[in-house]
Amino acid sequence: MSTPLLETRMLNVRFGGVHATRDVNFSLQENELRCVIGPNGAGKSTFFKLLTGQTKPTSGQILFRGKDISAMQPHHPGQLGIGIKTQVPSLFNGLSVWENVWLSARRTNPKAQADRITRDTLERVGMLSLKDNLAGLLAHGMRQWVEIAVVIAADPALILLDEPAAGMSDAEVARTAELILEINRQHALVVVEHDMSFIRMIAKKVTVLHQGAIVREDTPDKVMADPLVQQIYLGKKAH
Amino acid sequence: MTRFAHSWHSAALTLAIGVVLLLALPGMVDDFTLIQFTIYAVMAILGVSLGFIWGFGGILCFGQAAFFGLGAYTYAIAVINIGDSTIPFLLAIVVPALFAALLGYVIFYGRLSDVYMGVITLTVTLILFNLVNSTAGPEWKIGSAPLGGFNGIPGIPTLNLPGNPDEVLSQQALFSVSMVCLLVVYAGLRWLIASKLGRVIIAAKENEQRVLLLGYDARLYKLICFTLGGAIAGLAGCLFANWGAFTSPTIFGLAMSAQIIIWVIVGGLGTLVGPVVGCVVIQWLTSQIGTQQVFNSNLVLGAILVVFVLLVPRGIVPSLGDVMAAAWRRRKAPADAPVEAKTGSAPLAPTETAR
Repeated sequence: MSTPLLETRMLNVRFGGVHATRDVNFSLQENELRCVIGPNGAGKSTFFKLLTGQTKPTSGQILFRGKDISAMQPHHPGQLGIGIKTQVPSLFNGLSVWENVWLSARRTNPKAQADRITRDTLERVGMLSLKDNLAGLLAHGMRQWVEIAVVIAADPALILLDEPAAGMSDAEVARTAELILEINRQHALVVVEHDMSFIRMIAKKVTVLHQGAIVREDTPDKVMADPLVQQIYLGKKAH
Repeated sequence: MTRFAHSWHSAALTLAIGVVLLLALPGMVDDFTLIQFTIYAVMAILGVSLGFIWGFGGILCFGQAAFFGLGAYTYAIAVINIGDSTIPFLLAIVVPALFAALLGYVIFYGRLSDVYMGVITLTVTLILFNLVNSTAGPEWKIGSAPLGGFNGIPGIPTLNLPGNPDEVLSQQALFSVSMVCLLVVYAGLRWLIASKLGRVIIAAKENEQRVLLLGYDARLYKLICFTLGGAIAGLAGCLFANWGAFTSPTIFGLAMSAQIIIWVIVGGLGTLVGPVVGCVVIQWLTSQIGTQQVFNSNLVLGAILVVFVLLVPRGIVPSLGDVMAAAWRRRKAPADAPVEAKTGSAPLAPTETAR
């Protein structure tokens, strides 16, 4: 098998007495789409923060295309080609939709090309008509799409999406799922999500985190049929 | 912020007003008044330096006077030693810029919080004040320039035509130089703000986390912003030393630093014209208050600051802009009332065929 796009080896994080990530061995291939699920406190957010340099591992390694990136600064993932949409919406509220996406495209591209990429990307997520609006004044669902536009405008090799469908209406969730599948034609993705119906729409393979450790890794149907997963994640109200 | 404030029209309008003042004032007013206008222009440059790093970079520096003072002293010491003013003029920009870069490196790369930023910049200013203040004896000299301690440095040779120390600029010429410097600083910063560098600086003020995730090293952009602010304050300091042919440690003082902050608040944070307006208004008021004995001028300035913070928190320029924009809309309405942004009902499905 070729070198994975992203790989973690025996990754551990301890915050004082809390063991937030335990011996995580995670591997993602080029152009793969992976969903990461788990109950609150399972370590999903910490795992994301590790991948983005916001939290340093206590032990273990993070490899991106075979290169150890465990000790990186918070601005390095973006430069390496890892795009992140955080759980908390984090657009530049005082800047326009266009400027938000443009800043992402402009980092590595000359001005004319950045303009073109910004236009194309906004068109792709269906937000071009709102390009002059202040990002801070957008409705929640639209903010999420602009955030996705910000991420893909940088053309990263790997995209990390933390709860992209949180707080969306059913129709918006369906559109977001379509958008993610469409993005997956060109980019590898790791999607952290709570919404099971949303995961069924997009996932081919699901990783289940529990108490900081990976407990299952399989197709959505098999994972959801798994008694252990039902017990720890779905509780008594298993489908 | 109105769209006009961000447009090239506002920059062009401001520059046009500046050029008119630059050309017309020397013929319109007497020498004394022109000297007054010169110091307004010089201090306006200082105000703009803080208005830029605070309003656009989000860096509240309590020690902008430190770079101003360094600029003044650097010019004074260098010109006494060298004679020709060309290199001292440039040094007065470079030395404060380097100092700001060093200080900024410690602050931003050390990831110190905003509170420490304020404390450190304030402390550095006071250290410089005490340092320069205690250099009174004849043993304190750099080259042939005595530092003079609390008496300052008198009789500083003023600017001459580049390369020709005998051709000293007149008061009228110094006014023109100061105005040109102010206009160049304004135009340069407007251009910068519209560039990639400027937008990242503004974005880092808005949301530093997001800037990092995009792959920009926010520390570097803040450092560039802070260093530029130091350079501009140094330029103002150099012109100040020329204005009175004199410099003293009081320009490192607390009152000086506080005054700059008041200019920016009163004029309008987040604009470049605001600090200029605030600076001129406050300085004019101060000189007017100085002509009477009933009220202490600091008391009046304090009252003005309180009134502004409570009643006009955004400052003169943005508030005026709002009033004018509202008047403009009333004139045009209701024929083409602005279409409100649609929220929620717009057809927003990502196009399935796109690739």
